[in-house]
Amino acid sequence: MDLIADRISHRFGALEVLDNVSFTVGPGEVVAIVGPSGCGKSTLLSILGGLLRPSAGAAQLRGAQPADSRNPLTFVFQDFALLPWCTVNENVDFPLLHTGLTDSNRCAIVDDVLHRTGLADFRAMYPKQLSGGMRQRVGIARALAVRPAILLMDEPLSALDSQTRELLMEDFIRLLADGSVGAVYVTHNLEEAVRLADRIVVLSRRPGRVREVVNIPMTRGARSDIGAREKLLALQTELWSLIREQAIDAEREVQHA
Amino acid sequence: MLDRAPSNREAPSADLNSETRPVRFRGAGFMPKAGRYSGWVALLLMILIWQLAGSAGLVNSLFLPTPFAIARAIWQLAITGALWHHLSYSILRIGIGWVLGTIAGVVVGFAIGLSSLARGVGITFISALFPIPKIALLPLLILWLGIGEEPKIATIALGVFFSTAISVYSGVDAVPRNLIRMAQSFNVPFHAIVSRVIWPGALPSILAGFRISASVALLLVVSAEMIGAEFGIGAFVLQAGNLMQTDQLLAGVVILSLFGLAVGKAINWLETRLLHWR
Repeated sequence: MDLIADRISHRFGALEVLDNVSFTVGPGEVVAIVGPSGCGKSTLLSILGGLLRPSAGAAQLRGAQPADSRNPLTFVFQDFALLPWCTVNENVDFPLLHTGLTDSNRCAIVDDVLHRTGLADFRAMYPKQLSGGMRQRVGIARALAVRPAILLMDEPLSALDSQTRELLMEDFIRLLADGSVGAVYVTHNLEEAVRLADRIVVLSRRPGRVREVVNIPMTRGARSDIGAREKLLALQTELWSLIREQAIDAEREVQHA
Repeated sequence: MLDRAPSNREAPSADLNSETRPVRFRGAGFMPKAGRYSGWVALLLMILIWQLAGSAGLVNSLFLPTPFAIARAIWQLAITGALWHHLSYSILRIGIGWVLGTIAGVVVGFAIGLSSLARGVGITFISALFPIPKIALLPLLILWLGIGEEPKIATIALGVFFSTAISVYSGVDAVPRNLIRMAQSFNVPFHAIVSRVIWPGALPSILAGFRISASVALLLVVSAEMIGAEFGIGAFVLQAGNLMQTDQLLAGVVILSLFGLAVGKAINWLETRLLHWR
């Protein structure tokens, strides 16, 4: 199944945020979206996931949905969006409650994803008892429980400290390794983009337009080699040079607003 | 390889040439903590001074009877059964009025929180009618409903309704939008979003509203009973005042305050049961 951004434009009142953005995410592909702050990255993701109606253009799906997927387009949120009154177990179970699965089936699914995300010992805890990293793991476990085809990840690491970010990044790399799940990964962090993505869509400052689509010429596995470090760093520097000027402009603009 | 520095070099004794002086502590104060017993001690002390002033004849007991006299009056009321008689009337009025007002308030509050149409209409009406002191409507309600229990209950229900509706819809408004969007992104149906996301999310505000509506109900039951009732704590307090039985009067006031305290405790209990996740 492909997810297609088909000439998407969006405005909030007089403010034009996105202008004619098009790209395609193939099966198992990870596409990062980067750009200066305020360029409409998160807005674009909301539109792709059907949470926001674009002013023009559309988000389209092409090809059959994977038969076993209960929610092909599944979000992972920046602020985790966990129900504070539910335990870890209940949070992960939440999207399954209305899928018509039997209790024992749901139990088995929740069990499986909690083990895969290292949360098995935390199932009875409430979100407030968990660290930020563990909360985001719950968010990921919840997303995995519905067997997504494409994960829509909205700055999933930006609310975390850098050490936790590194740990979760390693988890993401493992998670996306077998190519069974694709992702649209919105981030302002170029290192995350370079390490995770197959392709990087660089948006311009507001209104966001596709400035450049950059392929990462390496498998995700190969990127963890020592030898790949330099190449990735060079890529990151190149990307930064694309964005830098506009990031300065965007920053000034925000401060004037 | 990490180039490890010897850790003892950081100790102050390493440099014997210069003197050290402690950094002045500047972080004191601004953290008041209520002591466990200080409040009770102050209360008992005040009652003691009151009692002593009364016993020594410094205060005219007609205007301010001693705590002991008030306690005795409460005891008398309890053993004669008058206390239960009056209290049962008040509790019945409050109970029915509060439940009716709360049910209507929760329903209307949710409607305003969830539907644009209800919001447009409801907020206008509530803004217009909320500021009316509900007790002012009692004479009208007596005309409409007769002189029985109904107008008193209706007054209480009205007062409770408005404050409940407001706290419910502000509670619904305060449910984080990201949680609702999360539920939508998983295709959770509307009714389940309401029952599993919005209801628990609004509950803290709804329970806080119960605290306010309970005190509104207490205020209105006393006022209504003072205006037109034979029995009830409000009527009892007013009669005692008319007869200059100040010990009885204050006994009624103490009972009202104990009643308010009990309701507050009940809501505390509900909060710890239902909001343990906070």
